[in-house]
Amino acid sequence: MDSFGSDFSSGGSGAKMDTGTIMEQVKVQIAVANAQELLQRMTDKCFKKCIGKPGSTLDNSEQKCIAMCMDRYMDAWNTVSRTYNSRLQRERARL
Amino acid sequence: MQTMDGQGATADPQLQHFIEIESQKQRFQQLVHQMTEVCWEKCMDKPGPKLDSRTESCFVNCVERFIDTSQFILNRLEQTQRSKGGFSESILSE
Repeated sequence: MDSFGSDFSSGGSGAKMDTGTIMEQVKVQIAVANAQELLQRMTDKCFKKCIGKPGSTLDNSEQKCIAMCMDRYMDAWNTVSRTYNSRLQRERARL
Repeated sequence: MQTMDGQGATADPQLQHFIEIESQKQRFQQLVHQMTEVCWEKCMDKPGPKLDSRTESCFVNCVERFIDTSQFILNRLEQTQRSKGGFSESILSE
């Protein structure tokens, strides 16, 4: 998040960057960070599931497996997100 | 006119609120990432053409039990601290 710092350092008083712009930029950076995290974990899990003994290339069955794995990982992620969200709502309703 | 030095940023109520909301959203996201990873290990055998209902139930249960576990740990920790007077003491005495 290096650019985070430089976005704020507009030097001196009377920053040209208004709050709205900063908020939008931060949201974008957060979204990017989340996408990277998702990709990293997905790659890790699908490599473990689909690649046995690493060969000299990714053969067809491995590629098909990875493709399916990606979709299933997204399904799993969405299920977890939904379930966690419902649980939080339930907990809040109790308070 | 608000400056964007350290003090200025936290004095802006709009920014403050934004930071709170985004931080909360991020905590949520992080937990989803974490639980997806943990539950994948527990629930997923071989990735198929779709998420079958048995696997999906496993994920749902996994999330619920994970949160239960987290709450259990917090509650018990609170109890142990109250009765035994310290966390480290209670670990050593177990």
